[in-house]
Amino acid sequence: MTTLTKQTDRKMGLVIDLDTCVGCHACVISCKGWNTENYGAPLSDQDPYGADPAGTFLNRVHSYEVTPNEGHAQLVHFPKSCLHCEDAPCVTVCPTGASYKRVEDGIVLVNESDCIGCGLCAWSCPYGARELDLAEGVMKKCTLCVDRIYNENLPEEDRVPACVRTCPAGARHFGDLGDPDSAVSQLVAERGGMDLMPEMGTKPVNKYLPPRPKDRIEDQIDILAPLLAPVAEEPAGFLGWLDKALDKLPGGNS
Amino acid sequence: MGFNQPKLDTSPPVSEEVRQTTCYMCACRCGINVHMKTGSDGKKQVAYIEGNRDHPVNKGVLCAKGSAGIMQHNAPSRLRAPLRRVGPRGSGEFEEITWDEALDMAASWLEPLRKSAPEKLAFFTGRDQSQSFTSFWAQNFGTPNYAAHGGFCSVNMATAGIYTMGGAFWEFGQPDWDHTKLFMLFGVAEDHDSNPIKMGIGRIKARGARVIGVNPIRTGYNAVADDWVGITPGTDGLFILSLVHVLLKAGKIDLDYLSRFTNAPVLVNASEGPEQGLLMRDEAGKELVIDRITGKLAPFDQPGVRPDLHATYRHAGVTHRPVFHLMAERYLSNDYAPENVADQCGISAARIRAIAAEIARVAFDEAFELDQEWTDFRGETHKTMVGRPVSFHSMRGVSAHANGFQTCRALHVLQILLGTVEVPGGFRFKPPYPKPATAHPKPHCGVKPDCALDGPHLGFVHGPDDLALKDDGSPARIDKAFTWENPMSAHGLMHMVISNAHAGDPYKIDTLFMYMANMSWNSSMNTRGVIEMLTDTDEAGEYVIPRIIYSDAYSSEMVAYADLILPDTTYLERHDCISLLDRPICEADAAADAIRWPVVEPDRDVRGFQTALVQLANRLKLPGFTTEDGSAKYQDYADYIVNHERKPGIGPLSGWRGDGSQSGRGAVNPEQLDRYIENGGFHVSHIPDAALYYKPWNTAYQDWAVGMGLYDKPEPYLFQLYVEPMRKFQLAAEGYGERQPPEHLRERLKATMDPLPIWYETDQQGNEGFTVNALTQRPMAMYHSWGSQNAWLRQLHGRNPLYVPTKLMRQNGLQDGDWARVSSPHGEITVPVMEMAALNENTVWTWNAIGKRKGAWALDENAPEATKGFLLNHLIHELLPPKGDGLRWANSDPITGQAAWFDLKVKIEKAAPPDDIAECLPAFEPITSPVGKGVNALQWKVGK
Repeated sequence: MTTLTKQTDRKMGLVIDLDTCVGCHACVISCKGWNTENYGAPLSDQDPYGADPAGTFLNRVHSYEVTPNEGHAQLVHFPKSCLHCEDAPCVTVCPTGASYKRVEDGIVLVNESDCIGCGLCAWSCPYGARELDLAEGVMKKCTLCVDRIYNENLPEEDRVPACVRTCPAGARHFGDLGDPDSAVSQLVAERGGMDLMPEMGTKPVNKYLPPRPKDRIEDQIDILAPLLAPVAEEPAGFLGWLDKALDKLPGGNS
Repeated sequence: MGFNQPKLDTSPPVSEEVRQTTCYMCACRCGINVHMKTGSDGKKQVAYIEGNRDHPVNKGVLCAKGSAGIMQHNAPSRLRAPLRRVGPRGSGEFEEITWDEALDMAASWLEPLRKSAPEKLAFFTGRDQSQSFTSFWAQNFGTPNYAAHGGFCSVNMATAGIYTMGGAFWEFGQPDWDHTKLFMLFGVAEDHDSNPIKMGIGRIKARGARVIGVNPIRTGYNAVADDWVGITPGTDGLFILSLVHVLLKAGKIDLDYLSRFTNAPVLVNASEGPEQGLLMRDEAGKELVIDRITGKLAPFDQPGVRPDLHATYRHAGVTHRPVFHLMAERYLSNDYAPENVADQCGISAARIRAIAAEIARVAFDEAFELDQEWTDFRGETHKTMVGRPVSFHSMRGVSAHANGFQTCRALHVLQILLGTVEVPGGFRFKPPYPKPATAHPKPHCGVKPDCALDGPHLGFVHGPDDLALKDDGSPARIDKAFTWENPMSAHGLMHMVISNAHAGDPYKIDTLFMYMANMSWNSSMNTRGVIEMLTDTDEAGEYVIPRIIYSDAYSSEMVAYADLILPDTTYLERHDCISLLDRPICEADAAADAIRWPVVEPDRDVRGFQTALVQLANRLKLPGFTTEDGSAKYQDYADYIVNHERKPGIGPLSGWRGDGSQSGRGAVNPEQLDRYIENGGFHVSHIPDAALYYKPWNTAYQDWAVGMGLYDKPEPYLFQLYVEPMRKFQLAAEGYGERQPPEHLRERLKATMDPLPIWYETDQQGNEGFTVNALTQRPMAMYHSWGSQNAWLRQLHGRNPLYVPTKLMRQNGLQDGDWARVSSPHGEITVPVMEMAALNENTVWTWNAIGKRKGAWALDENAPEATKGFLLNHLIHELLPPKGDGLRWANSDPITGQAAWFDLKVKIEKAAPPDDIAECLPAFEPITSPVGKGVNALQWKVGK
């Protein structure tokens, strides 16, 4: 078993807006590209052109249908990667000390040179956020792009996780969730950001912003109806209205 | 174990070099940073691709396709060398040959055609982004038979927009994302302007603006819309005209805008005879209005004139009324009342009214002004720019129906009635648009042996005289574009080329030459039939379509059906220009264009297709490619991009012309490509502040556009609520004029060529018993058929169930994982189903182009794309079912010829239990792969 750091200086993490995520998978592939080329072993693909292609991904998008009691069914796109939990069971379960949570920023990482690929951490993670790379035999997981966010070889604006930089809809936000004044903390406060499966007691750092209520336009019809009051009951009356309305235009006769 | 935190290098080098070019993973054309590292072979290789933050299209973001470009670039399906067919067509048996052999072979086929009958070459390009070049090549060859893929994509949208308002959506314009407060999407295909729309939706939702999605399927953009309208497919036009009805009745229209900037006040000739229904004009040809100040007739553009929407003009016993009267008469009719369209559209009357009211509220109660003075074409100066923050977007969903042209027209008329086009908060054009139909070329089909064609192939007709007909009245073009069957087919009809060539109707051809168009698979209706046409032989045992040349970068399904393959490069290995002469990357605030350049050299014996065309032109000594002394003007495509001038001072690229300081117009600059590369692969010319809105009528914009070379002179124009050219076709059908339609088309022309938008149900004859709408959508993470070869993307979408609404699942006793037999009047498929609740209750759908033929794309024959993926194409025919009148009617829009993919009606029933079915039906024989199969495992890491 591995000891988990009691406290971290910062709680870096993602805030994912489920109201805006269109389910395009941009984050999934950007992550795959960066992390294939960077931190640790490449994310491999087995049978990539065959009958059962299966590769390692650190971030996947799931889509769920929600059917309310009244009104239309909805589709929610749900990107999921490691949530960098404060009480990370994947760390404490690790028999070699390969899994750890960084003191300075709370990022949960795997030290691949110590990982024996036993898979206990993936078993213990209630979110299914870890994937064993079959080519390398080591556990892979979201690093929050630890090799980008402090990287002095990147322009400052690019020092964010690859998934955040690429998200076309701007549905992914990155920052210090331990600082109540940070932009991400404020966003969470404003929008009622939620923990994923809080009952598991893992205290995830990443937060999800829930979808706003939908399909409400008819509820406003009482307010809106006066806007649609006919200018005349008969088509002939419409032309009379037109004549008067034209006079009222700037430069008209009245 | 104790706590053990290793020391990490958090600042590793990212790459050795970043090369900036333009993405081609779809048609969106984002800017990309290609990170290069030295590979094991000592050469620089592509290590990572991300979006370019400075680029006007994507501003740094990039979609899944774009980031997966590295897997497209290294795909095992890449063709390696020119191929000559050695087995029968369709066998996939080829031998590799040299480029000299390939080009000599092509030239030996084409040279005699050019000398005797240039029309015997049919040259059609698919997802081509170099149409100004490929059409130039075809024009210089002399064949009238050229077009790209617009006919089966979105010609209705593009053409209706240009005839109505001088531009349409996507490349033509965009919502004013900075100011819009209500954004309404109709039937959007999710790859058209994909990143800009995602960015825009994200931005407007962040500030609380409302998004309304009108689409039978609630995925993607519709999933995040605040309100989803799950409309019955094909009824969008009726819904829109009902909105028009309600808004008009409530007077929630912009009368000032209509009177100043549209043809609503223009008088319509009411005298019986050959001019009935045409617009009244003065001797100079200017449309006439009544001036509200003087009460007298005046040309619309006379300084000081106040066009009157109300007044009529009585002359010689006839009262001539303005267009606006005709509109009021039509759209105030109770036929369009919400209660009378609700059932047909599948939208409650209350919801239609609520949406209309919300549109009215935002357009008028939330109107605002930008403190920006501007001067209109009548010389009147306006102190501010009035904003109406309602915007719309639409693409193929409404376009690909046989009533699509009129539906697209209806949508533009709605926008214009609200005064939301080219105003702050509304819809804005992107240069070179606005550009009215009259400023576009007309179609040309003048063929002479050994000569160039007499002008551009494609264009806009303004009456029967502009049709592409021979002297005997028969179609001049193999696809029958610009004929009475589809007069306004501005993009041609690529989907009819193979069937017409096979039938020898209107004439036989010799060589079919295609580029990037997967016609023997997902790009054709009636896939099996097309395969048979491509392989059919005559009595002498010769192929009915004698020769087929095809160019593609990859081992697509179409490769097997060609006699000669010209292998293209990947998009990272080539020169391209995304040109203002073609389909540029402009923004509403700026003119912009871009290049691709070889960020890596090909490691195969392949050439960019456009370079191959230049070299073929040089062998054929085509005019336009040959100097007076007979030498070649251009060595390759890059040479053409820099040195070609369409008009003096205007070339494919607008940036760094002349001495490098000129934009738009200027002499050839030999260093132009270097300047583009230094600037990240693109060029931007910003529009001045006073010219940013009201562009069609704004003198500051018009002058800027002339300076840029977009126009030769200022061309202000009125929006065409009433499209007069359509009336000219009706007049012909009524018997007026020299050029007369065939008898069997008269009634249809009278009915469909209505100069004001109408809605009609698409032809349902033959569909008895087939009552379920069947649609396709393209996933955001894939583009056409290209995705399947991509090791990363195919893990996202490797198979495609048929999504079936809950009600139809129950009715047919279906559960997820079951197989269903889906049939249409034309064919039958057996496919896996999955329930989906967020779906119009009488519509089924699936992802487009996931299904693959065994042996293609370097995939294993048991790839899920080939066993559990399928095409709906097998259910769709290019012709409608027989009606018993002895004629076969095209499954197309009668105005433009747009392929009516989305008119498909099917029935669905449970098939055998899942264990008894191994794969989707119909199953096709595998084709032999000319490139073998991909590797068994990937660990792609360039750097160490």
